[in-house]
Amino acid sequence: MYSEKVMDHFMNPRNVGEIENADGVGEVGNAKCGDIMKMYLKIENDVIVDVKFKTFGCGAAIATSSMATELVKGRSLEEALNLTNKAVVEALDGLPPVKIHCSVLAEEAIKAALLDYYDRNGIDNDLAKRCRAANVHSCDSCDDHCSTCGKDC
Amino acid sequence: MSRFVYADNAATTPVLPEVADVMRECFLQDGMYGNPSSLYKKGQEANKALNDARAKIAGVLNCKPTEIFFTSCGSESDNWAIKGAARANVKKGKHLITTKIEHHAVLYTMEALEKEGFEVTYLDVDSDGLVSAEQVREAIRPDTTLVAIMYANNEIGTIEPIKEIAAVCREKKVICFTDAVQAVGNVKIDLADLGVDMLSFSGHKIHAPKGIGALYIKTGTRVHNFLDGGGQERGRRGGTENVAFALALAKALEIADGRLDELDAVKAKRDRLITELKKIPRSILNGSEEKRLPGNVNFSFECIEGESLLLLLDSMGICASTGSACSSRSLEPSHVLLAIGLPVEHAHGSLRLSITHETTDEDIDYILECVPKVVSRLRAMSPLWNE
Repeated sequence: MYSEKVMDHFMNPRNVGEIENADGVGEVGNAKCGDIMKMYLKIENDVIVDVKFKTFGCGAAIATSSMATELVKGRSLEEALNLTNKAVVEALDGLPPVKIHCSVLAEEAIKAALLDYYDRNGIDNDLAKRCRAANVHSCDSCDDHCSTCGKDC
Repeated sequence: MSRFVYADNAATTPVLPEVADVMRECFLQDGMYGNPSSLYKKGQEANKALNDARAKIAGVLNCKPTEIFFTSCGSESDNWAIKGAARANVKKGKHLITTKIEHHAVLYTMEALEKEGFEVTYLDVDSDGLVSAEQVREAIRPDTTLVAIMYANNEIGTIEPIKEIAAVCREKKVICFTDAVQAVGNVKIDLADLGVDMLSFSGHKIHAPKGIGALYIKTGTRVHNFLDGGGQERGRRGGTENVAFALALAKALEIADGRLDELDAVKAKRDRLITELKKIPRSILNGSEEKRLPGNVNFSFECIEGESLLLLLDSMGICASTGSACSSRSLEPSHVLLAIGLPVEHAHGSLRLSITHETTDEDIDYILECVPKVVSRLRAMSPLWNE
């Protein structure tokens, strides 16, 4: 059911772990839904110089987290903010329809970490505004699974 | 050392060579390929083989051969028993009783009947997954026509007190049906002693092929026919009989019955798995420790998710199963694990291993080598986990 790329990123996830003194940390999802992604960013001169993740979830959740970190590592904050779940899915050679929401979580985990960075530093430039406007979806309020919360996953 | 360990026998089993031989002989030119309804010898020899198989099954289960009806699978048997009995007894009432932990072949059949205007009571189970005969007694109303409760649960292996439940049903004059798909072959079943009116089982759980099941219907039980057709199965389930598969089912059941006294060895392996897996920190055994199928092991491991667990075990050559939502098509975690009161988070991290006579001590060693590794690996990348 999973592509070779998904299996590769699941079996050999890139950038697993935590960053001490990270510049931005974002967490999305909740345990009830069965997936939580936590992203750590190290940012220098508006560039993501290091990124790590920790994920509780299925194979697709781990693979999309891994791929998302690969796609933003070494990129500018603007490029990272432009990362879409679609790009993550494409980079993984596709996901089964019921697993698309994992890619949404991965996109949102990156955005949540960026938002944390902007908030911590009191930055309110256009990118920060865009990031805030993205209104990162948090599953905290879901009583049930994400698929029922109306988000286009 | 990597090896292949099939530990998902509650999902399905491989066909035993002796069973495959029976089928092969039946299919071929010199075999019983005749239509059992045909009057010439070739047909009648197939008919005789079919009825011999029926008699063999009846002998193992201690009922009359005329009470055994071949079907295509366990789900068909469940559908027939429940819909057939519910619809045949509407003059008495339209109330049915089942539990919250039944197989979907029962639960969705009940839901379908609700749409037809039947009322269904779904009994709760305790934290071991047990329902009591007392609960059944209290739920029975004057308009109750059928009680449908599984003999043993497919996920957590809990064995229900079916004999006591059947006694209550008999006293209250309510039809008692049990889905024994997981029990047959793993528990001694004596229908004369058990007292149920109907019992379903399936071939592929006991080393016969997929595509054959059976339903026991006690003589005198009011149940509608299932398939209208050419009068096969005493007019109750039309369709040209699958003689080869029926023979396979009889053979597989006979073999399983002959090995019932070896189940203590399977239990010992199961208990070794349970004892050792309990040593993994924050692991929970799901289901009853005593009233449990001989080959069933079901654990929840906190802070990890079941599908990842399965994929990693698969990469090591171990086939297992999970109640996690992420591995299901519905994205809902197992209704069984939720019904025994497991928090949703723990239901996501469940692992079912189902072993059999074929599972060796070396297989158990290998499982016990791999599972803790995989759990640690996933916990190391879980944001929920801290030592």
